[in-house]
This record gives sequence, C-alpha cells and structure tokens, in this order.
Amino acid sequence: MSFYGLVDGTEASLKSYLNNLSGVDQVGAEARAAMLATRSIKTTSKRWAIETAITMVDLTTLEGADTPGKVKALCTKAVRPDPTDSSVPSVGAVCVYNDMVSVARTHLDLIGGQHVPVAAVSTAFPSGRASMPVKIQDTQDAIDAGAAEIDMVIDRGAFLAGRYIDVFNEIVQIKEVCADKAHLKVIFETGELVTYDNVRKASFLAMAAGADFIKTSTGKVAPAATPPVVLVMLEAVRDFYEMTNTRIGVKPAGGIRTTKDAIKQLVLVNETVGPDWLNPKLFRIGASALLNDLLMQRMKLDEGYYSSPQYVTMD
Amino acid sequence: MSFEYAPAPESRAVVSIKPKYGHFIGGKFVAGSKHFPTINPATEEVLSQIALAGKAEVDAAVKAARKAYTTTWSKMSGKERGKYLYRIARIMQERAREFAVLETLDNGKPIRESRDTDIPLAAAHFFYHAGWADKLEYAGLGTSPKPLGVAGQIIPWNFPLLMLAWKVAPALAAGNTVVLKPAESTSLTALLFAEVCQQAELPAGVVNIVTGDGSTGALIVNHPGIDKIAFTGSTEVGKLIARAVAPTKKSVTLELGGKAANIVFDDAPIDETVEGIVNGIFFNQGHVCCAGSRLLLQENVAEEVLHKLKNRMEKIRVGDPMDKNTDVGAINSKEQLAKITELAAAGDAEGAERWSPACNLPGKGFWFAPTIFTGVTQAHRIAREEIFGPVLSVLTFRTPQEAIEKANNTPFGLSAGIWSEKGSRTLWASQQLRAGVIWANTFNKFDPTSPFGGYKESGWGREGGRHGLSAYLKGVSHE
Amino acid sequence: MSNRIDVKKTYKLYINGAFPRTESGRTYEVKSAKGAFIANPCLASRKDLRDAVVAARAAHAGWNKATAYNRGQILYRIAEMLEGRRAQFVDEIVAVTGVTKVKAEKEVTDSVDRLVWYAGWTDKIASLSGSTNPVAGPFYNFTIPESVGVVAAIAPETPSLLGLIDVVAPIITSGNTVIVLASTKAPLSAMTFAEVLATSDLPHGVINILTGKKEEIAPWMASHMDIDAMDISGVPAKMHSEIKVAGAENLKRIHSFKSADPGRIIAFMEAKTVWHPIGL
Repeated sequence: MSFYGLVDGTEASLKSYLNNLSGVDQVGAEARAAMLATRSIKTTSKRWAIETAITMVDLTTLEGADTPGKVKALCTKAVRPDPTDSSVPSVGAVCVYNDMVSVARTHLDLIGGQHVPVAAVSTAFPSGRASMPVKIQDTQDAIDAGAAEIDMVIDRGAFLAGRYIDVFNEIVQIKEVCADKAHLKVIFETGELVTYDNVRKASFLAMAAGADFIKTSTGKVAPAATPPVVLVMLEAVRDFYEMTNTRIGVKPAGGIRTTKDAIKQLVLVNETVGPDWLNPKLFRIGASALLNDLLMQRMKLDEGYYSSPQYVTMD
Repeated sequence: MSFEYAPAPESRAVVSIKPKYGHFIGGKFVAGSKHFPTINPATEEVLSQIALAGKAEVDAAVKAARKAYTTTWSKMSGKERGKYLYRIARIMQERAREFAVLETLDNGKPIRESRDTDIPLAAAHFFYHAGWADKLEYAGLGTSPKPLGVAGQIIPWNFPLLMLAWKVAPALAAGNTVVLKPAESTSLTALLFAEVCQQAELPAGVVNIVTGDGSTGALIVNHPGIDKIAFTGSTEVGKLIARAVAPTKKSVTLELGGKAANIVFDDAPIDETVEGIVNGIFFNQGHVCCAGSRLLLQENVAEEVLHKLKNRMEKIRVGDPMDKNTDVGAINSKEQLAKITELAAAGDAEGAERWSPACNLPGKGFWFAPTIFTGVTQAHRIAREEIFGPVLSVLTFRTPQEAIEKANNTPFGLSAGIWSEKGSRTLWASQQLRAGVIWANTFNKFDPTSPFGGYKESGWGREGGRHGLSAYLKGVSHE
Repeated sequence: MSNRIDVKKTYKLYINGAFPRTESGRTYEVKSAKGAFIANPCLASRKDLRDAVVAARAAHAGWNKATAYNRGQILYRIAEMLEGRRAQFVDEIVAVTGVTKVKAEKEVTDSVDRLVWYAGWTDKIASLSGSTNPVAGPFYNFTIPESVGVVAAIAPETPSLLGLIDVVAPIITSGNTVIVLASTKAPLSAMTFAEVLATSDLPHGVINILTGKKEEIAPWMASHMDIDAMDISGVPAKMHSEIKVAGAENLKRIHSFKSADPGRIIAFMEAKTVWHPIGL
C-alpha cells in the first residue's frame, strides 16, 4: 500500500509523520468552536440545514437489548422519518451491531430502503479489546451480512501507550477486509484520547492508514462529539485534502441530540472545510434521538408553531 | 447547494433614541446649545443630534463634580461608594442588550462583539472596582491613600462604553468624581450610561458627561478645576495633552497608539494561531490600539501560515453590523476610512503586495475589506504607522532574536503576541518584548483584573487591576 | 606642619566606567563655604550627555538581565566601598558645604545605609508591585514590573552625596541605567562617589555622572529621544514645566519625589502583563 506517499509503513516513518503535526491549543480551539456556535441560522438557511442534517444522520441503536423488532422499527424510521410527510428524505444510514446487520439489510430492502446503507460497528466495539483475528472476523461477518459501512474502533490502549504503529496496522488490516465492499469509518473515542493533540494525531494516523471517515466516538463514553473535537478533526481533514487531494469524511457521534446541536455541527463544517463536505458522503452524524428533534423543528418551520413529541414517531 | 446564512438581524426595538440629546451635569440632563449629528456608520443614517459642550457647559460640569467631590463622594465611606458601583454593574447587566444594540448602531461594530465583549466587560469593570472601594488601604499605596479629586476623562470611539467603564469605575472606586467626554462620533452609550447613574441613584455630580469634539476635550484638559486627566486616543493628541498639563499639578494617564507585533514561531499551534492573527487584526474592524497589526512570521512556516490565513479570511463575514453573523462591521467614520485608505495606498506605492478576500461591501456606509499586505519591510509606512483599521502588514524573520529586534523597533510599546508551543521560548520572548501587554497563544483578551497599558510612546500608566486603580489615588512619595 | 605640597585631584566626569574630561573643555570653579578655591570640575555639555546616554543605553540590556540577587550584591558592594572611604567624603562635604563634621558624618552614614536599604529591594520589589491576576477565563495572567530603560536624573543641590544616592539608587535597583547631573555647587562628593562605583563591580555605563549646570543640561535630557524617564527631584520647581513639555515628545516618564520610598523604584518600572492559556 502506498499510504498516499506519506508513510512507508515502518514505525520510523509513521513517527516522523506524526511528529511533524503542529500542536493544538485547547483554549484557542474551544474559543473558535464557541464563536462558531453563536452563528444564528434562521428561516431558509435553517430549513436547508434541517433537511441536510436528516440525510446525514446515521440512525443508531447499539444496545445489549437490541432485538430484530427494535432494529426493524429503526429501519422503517430511517427510510421514511416522517410517515405523514413523504418529502422528508431518508437518513444517511442505519447503524447497528454486527449480528443485527442482516436483519437491518433485509428489512430495509423489504420496505423500499435499498438506498439506505447499513453500518456495522466493528473490531470488538466499543472497547476494541480483542485479538486481531477476532477483529478481522468481526468485520468480515458484518460485510458478509450486508454492511456497506464499517465503524471500527481503534485500540486506545495502544495509542496512549505510544504504539502508534499497532493502531496504524490494525486500521490497514481492517481496510483490507473492507476493500471495495465497505466504507471504513475509524472511531477514536476522543473522550478517552482526552487531548486535542491526540485527536489531531489520531486523525492523521487514521487517514494515512486508509480511513474513509474519521469518527469521534462510540457513544458509550462522554465527552463525545463536542464541537471543538469535531473542529479539530475537520481541520485535520481539510489539511489532509491539501496534502493528498483526497477528501476524508467526518462523523461526530454521541451527544448530538438537538437540532441546535446539529446545526452547530454543520456550521463547523461550512466554515472549516467548506460546502464540499456538506453532504452525507463526507459528513454523518451518529445519533438516535436527534432525528425526532429535527422532525419537530421542521414541522415548526412549516406550521409556524412548536410541535410536540406526540406528533413524531418514537422509533 | 451551499449553506448560505439567511440574514439574522438583531432587533432594534430594544432601544429608543431621542432626536436630540443634552449633557448630563449634576445628576440632570441639561439642554445643549449647539448640536452636531451622530450617524450610523453602516448606513449613514442620522441617529440623533448630539450637544457640543462649550466653556459654560464644561465649567458647569467641573463645578458639579467638585461640589459632589467635596460635599458627598469624598466623605462617603468606601463601603457605601462600592454599593453604588455594584448597582451600576447590575443595571448595566440588566440593560445589556439595549447597550449592545445602541453601541452597534452608533459605532458600526458587529452586534456579536458589542453583545459578547464590550458590554459584559464594561459591567465586569464596575463589578470589579466596586469591590475595591472599601479596600483602598490594601492597594499597596500606604494605609490611607487619598483620591485625587475631579478627574477629566476623554475616551475614544472604538470601544465607547468599555472605555467609559475603564475610566469611570476606578475613578469612582477611589473616591474621585468625574467629568467624562465620549468621542464625538459615539456618544450614545455614554448618554445611556447617564440614565443608569440615575437609576442607581448615584449622588448628583459624581458622574458628569459632556459631549462634544476635540474643542470640548481641550476645555477639559485645560480646566483649572480638574486634578487628573485620563485620556485614551492617539499618541499625537496624548503628547498635546502631556504638554498642556506640564505647567499644572494635574496627574495624567494616557492610553495611546500601538503597532503591535504578532510573532509566529515555527512550532506554533497553527490553526489557533491563524484564529489569533484574525482576531488580532480584524476584531472591531482593527479599530484597536493594541491590534496585532504587524504579523511577524518565521520564514520556515510563513508560506503555510499565509496560505491558511488567506483561506480563513475567505470565511470572514463583512457586512451589516446588526446581523448576528457578522464578523467585521463598518468603519466608524468617513475620516477614519479616508485614513485607512490613504495608508493602504501607501502600502501599494511602497511595493507591498495587497490581498483581500472577495467580499460584497454594502453600497452605503463606510467599509473596508479585511486586507493583508505581504512583502512588507520595517521601512514601510504600513509597518510603522498605526492604521487603526482592518489592514495587516506581514513581515518575516529567521531567528527569535531577529523577531524581537523587529518587534521592538518602534516608538510604540502597547502590546505584542507570541505564538509557540515551547514554554521557555514564550517566556523568553515575553521578557524581551518592550510592551505592556503580552498575549502568548492568544490575542486581544481583556479583563478588569488585568492591567493594560503601554511602554514608550504608547502611554503613561495602566488601567485595570491594582495598577490601574493606583492611577486614581495619591501615592506616598510622589510630589 | 609639613611643607609638602598636596597632590590635588582633577575632578572629571564619569561616563561608561571611565573618567573623561568634558569634551567641551569647560570647567567651573567650586569654592568652599568661606569662598576659597577648591577645584575646577567639568562643566559638562550636551555632547557629554549624549555620550553618557549611549553608554547607559548599551549598559541597560546587561544590567536589566542581571539577576536581582546580583544587582543587590553590587549595590551592597557600593555601600561597602563607601563605608571604607567615609573619611574622605566627610572631609569633602565639610570643605565644600561648610557643614559641621558631625553633620557630614551623618550624611555619609545615611548614604551608606540608604544603599544597603536599596540593595535589599532588588529582589523584593517585583513581589511587591507585581501580581497574578485572576482573569475570568482559562488564562494564566501575571503582571511583572521591569525597568523602564535609560533614566536621566538631576540630583538635588543638598545634601550633595545623600541627595545623589537618593536619586540614583532606586533607579538602578530595578535594572535601569542612569545619567545623573550632580549638585552644581557641591559636585565633589559625587565625583568621588564615582571612584567608589568604579571599584564596586558595577558594570560600566550603569551609572554615569555629569557635573555642570541644571539649566544647561536638564533641557537636553528632557528632549533626548533615547532617554525613557527622568527624575527631576533636584530641579527647581520653576523649571519643571519646561522639562515636562520637552519630555512629552517621547512621553518620558517624569517624576519628582520627597522621600526614600519603594514608590521611587516602582515609578521607574513598567508593568508588563502576560497572558497565556491554561489547557491540556
């Protein structure tokens, strides 16, 4: 593999590549994100943002208690988020555990949701604590069951211990499994990496290793997709595009529950990497509760008064 | 399809602007004799008629201040004085939106800045100094420091209410009374502040506000009934004031011009540095005495930083100051726009390379696109003179020593910026820089607890913190 | 009574650690209180001032950078050297000013003690006049005082030694360098004090001493653009306005004082405030 000519696969080249990254000043990054959060998105631009955000939602259920029934309901919601309004677009994907992939795929195909991909969390999600053969098998199973997107977790232990090459090689191997059958999203669990320097480093590491998307979090650890974390990842993606001419996607996941949260994310995208990233091919939002708030806000715009959760379907 | 932000204008309904204003003397609004218009620089709409104070009005204000000083304010306990200042701080917070809208209308600065920076900081200044009023004996000036008397205060148009707060709050806390003159083009928030003084039931004459132009300022500076002059403005006028008060016993503080170097070392956190550069020069349209107007880039990262800076500047939203999404608003006056335009033309003429992002400037009002000049050397006028507008001069350096030499090669010494992830170098550079405020990995930060003021021709004295307070108290050993 | 002829001292200037004659070639006569001739000290010119400013400017970086401990030891060393030459100073003061020996001795004693007092201030003034400032945000913010640079000073006419030390010592305590014009009528102890300085490990150019006339030198000091501040305690009040007007051209910090006080040190310091984010 060429790794965009950035590294040659050896530990030395990876270290030198990562050491060349500039640092991130926490206070400055948070101030920038906070400033962008003051953007006031009204009327026509709000409508556009809501529509766009709906198409970016990776509608997710990742519970021990997930059942085929629960997953099917989720798929129905994914295809037609508002059963009373067919103009509402489908979401970006349905995101489930490995063993629910076939249930989801089959059901989506059954209800006219062929265009909605299934994403599977992988590599011993959410902790990443398993042997490499298990992680490969986990990924292969998901792809075999019809997953078009793999959301893998990195080994945060290895990362924090400085074994960057191990993290890199894992991504490379999972990417080989995905090949041209599935898009690879690499989850950092930024809440465990803690510093923005680490987030920037992980971003460049994952992108060089072959990630199609970089993703903040599993949703199991807080803090997750905070605006400054997403800002730092977007900056990394923007810089990587300038270095390689390749656009890598970004997926914040965890903690984005309201339309306001989602619009803040879109503003971050717009003013950091620009409008090229404002589509589900390059930006996704991992969420479950968010979709209903988007739908309620959409109704408010249409009808001019505030809606109630009673008028949107619970799943 | 791209993400265009629909207009998000702040409502103007919260303010009511009178067609004509007088002065605030002895606790009452008194009619003026002559008037001049104040306009919204973003639209050139006449907002109101402002009174021009002449000798009679200034005399009356000084007399009222003196009377309040001798009969009330200097006799009141610090504890009680402090309570009035706390009241003022609270009322300013309560009426913050009104102040913000009025400031933006009169000044042209973005509502985001007046709302998030100017007004909250102004209130914070009163809150901070309120607490000093009954603790003056702990200010490091001996066991019974004394106020100076009547302070004449002349403030600029770039941060009208905030500069008022920087002046009035410490003066009152220390037990002085004041005669304040807001800048000619931005009097409205000072006049609204007069209403706040009334609501706070501040004793009559403790704060007097006379409006006018430079001639009014000169009357204050030369008035024999004034004990202290505090001025923020240009170095040129600062020197005139220093000369004017030389034969008198008046004490003086001056916050004057600057030409701050913003130094970027090659290990800087690049994205935050670019934000800091933008904030350093485009905050408040660059109408900032401490603006980071000289960008010094280490040569080995100059290209990368400039590339990112230009990309970032493409995202700056220039336009209607009342729109909540506006980053850069209107130039405050026609005269200031002419000055910026003239200096930028000098940059062209001297061979520097000008660049601005594409932006649609409104047809009416006073506007200047965010601009950078590259290929600037120390000899260029745009590297030496204060432009006081959204114009950045970019220079490069090779070694840390060269950066410091270039940074200090100016008669100004107000502020400087350092961008580096290396702690020892940051501390070294902050030691070497001859400037009163050093921002390391940040820029244009202000706080009432933090002394602000310049070295060399950037002024005399400090404002803020214990250091600023002492400028309103009699020291022990000074004659 | 011996009939040996005294070897009399030629009183020169003290600039950059050397004892040059005035470039102007001018001198003036100093007489005893009873009117007898004592010496022909230099009548310094504006060019001597110019040279002294160059020396003071060059010396500033090093003196400013010296540790406070080091500056304190040098000030203390000056006191030691002065103490060792008490008798000479007492004789000179008595001869020139006509005060009693007791009074002259007190002046020298006070001078020594004053130097010791300021020696102890070098490493304390920053904790007194600096601060850490609890700003409302994630920033570490501190204010440190540092020397303003090159200071010109006019020593009062009397007391000629203690007055000079009162002016000079607080200025150099913080790291400034100084050009001081000595008492016009009684300049001898100032020039003898220069000999003390020359043997006190004080770097060249930190203190430069001129003798001459206030009305001649003070205006040139006030207008000199490479002088950052002035102590005009020794200038008659009627000249203050003229000096302040001239000093406004580069906004010199111009002060005068009544007494020895840490405020004298602080007056010739600039407060520098540094902000730095606090983050991971």
